[in-house]
Amino acid sequence: MIEIDNVFAGYGKYEVLHGVNLLVPTGKITTLIGANGSGKSTLLKALLHFLPLTGGEIRVGGVSINKFSRTDLAKKIAYLPQSKTVPDITAQRLVLHGRFPYLNYPRKYRREDIAIAREAMEQMEILEFSDRLMAELSGGIRQKVYIAMALAQQAEIIVMDEPTTYLDIGQQVKFSKLVHQLSEKGKTLLLVLHDLPLALRLSDQIAAICDGKISAAGTPAQILESGIIQKLYGVTVRFVELASGIQYFYD
Amino acid sequence: MKSWKTFCMQSKRVRILWMVCGGILLCLLIGLLSLCLGTIYFSPAKVIRLFLGAGERIERSILLYARLPRTLAALFSGAALAVSGAVLQTVLGNRLASPGIIGVNAGAGLGVTLCLAAGTFSGLAISCAAFLGSLITVFLIFLFSYRTGAKKTTVILGGVALNSIWNAIAESVTVLDPEVGALSIDFRVGGFSAVSYARLLPAMLLISLALAAIFTLCNELDVVALGEETALSLGMAVKKYRLIFLALAALLSGAAVSFAGLLGFVGLIVPHFVRRFSGNESRRLLPLSAFFGAGFVTFCDAISRLLFAPYELPVGILMSVIGGPVFFLMLIKSRRGMD
Repeated sequence: MIEIDNVFAGYGKYEVLHGVNLLVPTGKITTLIGANGSGKSTLLKALLHFLPLTGGEIRVGGVSINKFSRTDLAKKIAYLPQSKTVPDITAQRLVLHGRFPYLNYPRKYRREDIAIAREAMEQMEILEFSDRLMAELSGGIRQKVYIAMALAQQAEIIVMDEPTTYLDIGQQVKFSKLVHQLSEKGKTLLLVLHDLPLALRLSDQIAAICDGKISAAGTPAQILESGIIQKLYGVTVRFVELASGIQYFYD
Repeated sequence: MKSWKTFCMQSKRVRILWMVCGGILLCLLIGLLSLCLGTIYFSPAKVIRLFLGAGERIERSILLYARLPRTLAALFSGAALAVSGAVLQTVLGNRLASPGIIGVNAGAGLGVTLCLAAGTFSGLAISCAAFLGSLITVFLIFLFSYRTGAKKTTVILGGVALNSIWNAIAESVTVLDPEVGALSIDFRVGGFSAVSYARLLPAMLLISLALAAIFTLCNELDVVALGEETALSLGMAVKKYRLIFLALAALLSGAAVSFAGLLGFVGLIVPHFVRRFSGNESRRLLPLSAFFGAGFVTFCDAISRLLFAPYELPVGILMSVIGGPVFFLMLIKSRRGMD
């Protein structure tokens, strides 16, 4: 469980979050939605302790994040950032760096780390790209490599900022399945998504952020009923129930 | 398809092993060449005999007190400057960063000039002064890039500006104190003709320690290169490690400059050359840069002794003659998007 309790944070004197309150339940998929600049990514950075809090507290498993060392926090929370550099290393090496928080003396990765990284690559179906340089891969494959790195971290909580960027429709469907599998295995997932139909299909809980505050939080059905999507984006999302499940679309 | 283990455990290990063995062999061969060549030629067999205590006393003296320190100086300075360049390029995220270009060597040079002007000539004091000069330069560049959020090119240009400032101050000191000017001519050109054990040994110790530390922290260096957010999310104290790597790079170049003078281009060219076949992973790039840097400087030093024999061309001049055109080629290739 992540408890975000009246959190204020920002960049220097520029405050972005103005008292955010949110509970992220264990083993569930929670998605943050909101317009550009509303504070979604800033909230993730505050949770990961990249930014100092100017007020409030964030607790992970009942313990304030201030009490975690950076390494211990990395063992608890894996993070897929929105913008990533393209390092000049191979895909397998990048995934292996997901094991960095577990690195001990003599500061070398063990066989066990290599096996875990391999499993993560298999799960993301990118084993064939193991020996390719990141710069040689397409945007979608690179994204999958970064997701594999987050999986290799074996953290209880996985935070992803716009993880479906660069993924084609087929890959997005596979990604949705992966997220559900992770949730079934007890992982807590906190995502930032701009794709509202995907967010509605995927999430157990959705939190809408507006001007640095949570303006609504609840199940996808509750969010749809609340009218917050119309308020945030000026569009209406409707749904139809099909044999394959509920499908959402913009009106 | 080859299995993961084949790729990850065997193939790469074997490749790295071959590269490292090749690098060691290259350094040994060039080192031996450097010991053989000079005004009086010694055959390799004679060099070994002289090391074992045979041969004439004067020949042993030439080998032990002239050629051996000179060869060690070339090997250590080449390794130190090349690794320093590779580390700076990774930490500053710019392939054009090198101790010679961003003013780190000039900072070390200023430190040595001020040390000489203060009348201190001990090897340890000169090494410390060079280290301090390069350290201050590195931290000024780091502060400049961190505080201003400067782009990669701006950081390099800032370093070039700092280079000019340090050189101007050093020139002023040498003009005002002609004795220091006379003492530091060799130093400013860069070379090994005046190298002595007293100046070399403290610097060799510092270089060995810094290299050992950097080779141990290869994974940390790669994670720093992933960018601040990714590195933080992997549990790395990014600022602390950046400072550690910058300090180690400064220590390497400062220690090398303290006895070799202002050798240019090694820190730029060698990592660029090595990347072409080693890739960018630090565990391969750094040891190979060390071996190739050592081999390159020692080879250039041997050539500089032979080219106009019995006169000796300072190795710094020869390396600038080679380095300048190579640097131009790199810039042209980079502009074409080939590099």
